[in-house]
Amino acid sequence: MSKLYSGAEIVFKCLEAQDVEYIFGYPGGAVLPIYDELKNHESIKHILARHEQGAGHAAEGYARSSGKPGVVLVTSGPGATNAVTALTDAYMDSIPLVCISGQVPTHLIGTDAFQECDTTGITRPCTKHNWLVKDVKDLSKIIHKAFEVATTGRPGPVLVDIPKDIQFQKTKYVNSIKRKKLNGKIHNKFNQGEIDQLVKSMVNSSKPILYTGGGVINSGPKASELLRELVSLTGFPITSTLQGLGSYPGDDNQFLGMLGMHGTYEANNAMHDCDLMINIGARFDDRITGKIDEFSPKSKKVHIDIDPSSINKNVKVDLPIVGDVSEVMLSVIKTLKKKHPNFASSNKEKTSKWWEKISEWRSVNSLNFINSDKTIKPQHAIQRLYELTKDKDTYITTEVGQHQMWAAQHYKFNKPNRWMTSGGLGTMGYGLPAAVGVQIAHPDKLVVDIAGEASVLMTIQEMSTAVQYNLPIKIFILNNEYMGMVRQWQELLHEKNYSESYTAALPDFVKLAEAYGCVGIRAKTPDELDEKIKEMINVNKPVIFDCLVDKEENCFPMIPSGKPHNQMLLGPNDQKENKITGKGKTLV
Amino acid sequence: MSKPKSAYSIPGKKQKSDTHVIVVWVDNEAGVLARVVGLFSGRGYNIESLAVAEVDSKLNISRITIVTTGTPQVIEQIKLQLGKLVPVHKVADFMRGDKKIIFKEMALLKIVGNDIKRKKAIKFCKKFNPVVLDKTNKSVVIQITALRREIDTIMNDLKKTGLVSVSRTGAVAMTRGAEIFK
Repeated sequence: MSKLYSGAEIVFKCLEAQDVEYIFGYPGGAVLPIYDELKNHESIKHILARHEQGAGHAAEGYARSSGKPGVVLVTSGPGATNAVTALTDAYMDSIPLVCISGQVPTHLIGTDAFQECDTTGITRPCTKHNWLVKDVKDLSKIIHKAFEVATTGRPGPVLVDIPKDIQFQKTKYVNSIKRKKLNGKIHNKFNQGEIDQLVKSMVNSSKPILYTGGGVINSGPKASELLRELVSLTGFPITSTLQGLGSYPGDDNQFLGMLGMHGTYEANNAMHDCDLMINIGARFDDRITGKIDEFSPKSKKVHIDIDPSSINKNVKVDLPIVGDVSEVMLSVIKTLKKKHPNFASSNKEKTSKWWEKISEWRSVNSLNFINSDKTIKPQHAIQRLYELTKDKDTYITTEVGQHQMWAAQHYKFNKPNRWMTSGGLGTMGYGLPAAVGVQIAHPDKLVVDIAGEASVLMTIQEMSTAVQYNLPIKIFILNNEYMGMVRQWQELLHEKNYSESYTAALPDFVKLAEAYGCVGIRAKTPDELDEKIKEMINVNKPVIFDCLVDKEENCFPMIPSGKPHNQMLLGPNDQKENKITGKGKTLV
Repeated sequence: MSKPKSAYSIPGKKQKSDTHVIVVWVDNEAGVLARVVGLFSGRGYNIESLAVAEVDSKLNISRITIVTTGTPQVIEQIKLQLGKLVPVHKVADFMRGDKKIIFKEMALLKIVGNDIKRKKAIKFCKKFNPVVLDKTNKSVVIQITALRREIDTIMNDLKKTGLVSVSRTGAVAMTRGAEIFK
């Protein structure tokens, strides 16, 4: 007879079989048997967060930067509810997470027991799937399936809720890692006919654009290589969503920068005027499309996505191709090479006018800002950070707000998986714990969280985690004492009624850093900025960098609410002619 | 419903809504109905009626029939979103009024009244396969199967014959002829 294992042992046997190296978690009554078992499994290290949300975001940072699923371990009740924000964030941004939560013993479920909540009920809409384990015999099968669901198709979070009595009960362990398709949920359904059609459109197009998204990152490093090949093979211009940054080199001449609400003038105008739009792994999010009715009115739209429900959800497309973007791009490249060798040079003349137009838009220099030698402009701070860290294979995380958009605009990424930001859910407080997870995955790399002073305070307790595990993360705070993006909207849309967007009584971040046992650095003027940034990079300890920036600076360019792509606000000089009126005000 | 949740994208031209019947085959496991129904409420889709029961006890498969209204785009989304749920095996959809499909609802009607009224009530139901399930000298319970609109009409007619209680199921559907849902 084979050996019997307790539920807690089975959890670890499964994690070992899945090659899990790190768990991000926080103990509590209903997961104590699992925590008790931790000591017997040396290959798995537990990272103790200071809040379950932090554990979740750290696991997201780990997953996004390493390509492996992140594992979270929390207790029942508040442990699980605190993890909900991170699960929802991962769901929106398609990040593979496996969350294991403790639950009150089976016989107490439904009695409003201490620290009981309906965890599977609460997390049902924010996970790809979840399970309440009612029989220890199902446990190993469920955990392996959980990993499979999280990592296949369009990735996302899953949750396994394990009652405490199940963690004690004993049964046999069944290693059931399956590689088979799950209910046909893996979609690689495209055929050569569709690829031929796409190639034909590419050949016929005189104003093409590639619009790429997070799907390219999720498809793995190979997808980024194929994308580069595709772009050089076609000579087409390329723009990327917030989540897709890094899949194509940010400093390349064919790259038009990010598109969308705070995207560049050239990217948005090219999207509006193109005759062929090839969407690769993006999802026509409302921050990208602006006003749907006037979104790229004259183009033929092709959408390549692994998730069939992403297609035709927001924007009707002419040619949907359901499949893993790597495999689709590979087919396109093969077909293109076979049927149209030397396509880029033969097509050059056809798209030359288009490129001229793009250069015209480029000359507007929409990311420009008026620099100052007295106060640090936030854009300048990010440009300096970029210049001083670009040779280091730096990993950047962000919080949410103005600083996030400035980081996306001014920090140029050359490799995938180097950029971790909360795009879909827009979770303030994401960046600091995410940086913890990134540094765990890449202990020798430079990891910087570009933060705002308001966002970072939402999860500042995770500095303690960074110190405990000697993670030299750098928290680069653009401190303007405002919730900057809120203030910007109030300025533009609410007659400068800055309702509750100013934070009084902010902590002294330098002293705060010292209180946590890390290093605090403050930069007040542009003159000292470079030196201080270098100091930050050279400290082999966690750093909180308090960069005091211009308090009134707004993030431009901006597509105002309810406007199409070709009506952008470009900056202080442009605002008079382009007022947001009436309807636009009520929009989010 | 076709209003997007984010007002940022101003709703475009409204397309015409149609009533569709969506049939879903699912693993009969805890919470599966909540997943399906939660998907509808969470994304703002309508449920006009719902019928669900296990149809294969060996394979543990339940069949859910949902009547819903939406624009072609919304119906397409419903099907694709349902298809993504892990316990869902397949999804079929057709328009209400599709000639190739039969669909029926059942209703139990309780009539309280004198002999004349009770007989009259049974007569009204004649077209819809009435079965008398229970009867006393004061009351009768009639089972009928019909279309939704037909049951609506008959309920109206039966008001004057002493209808005191109605219990209705959601619609269930099946293809005509030898074909089955794919």
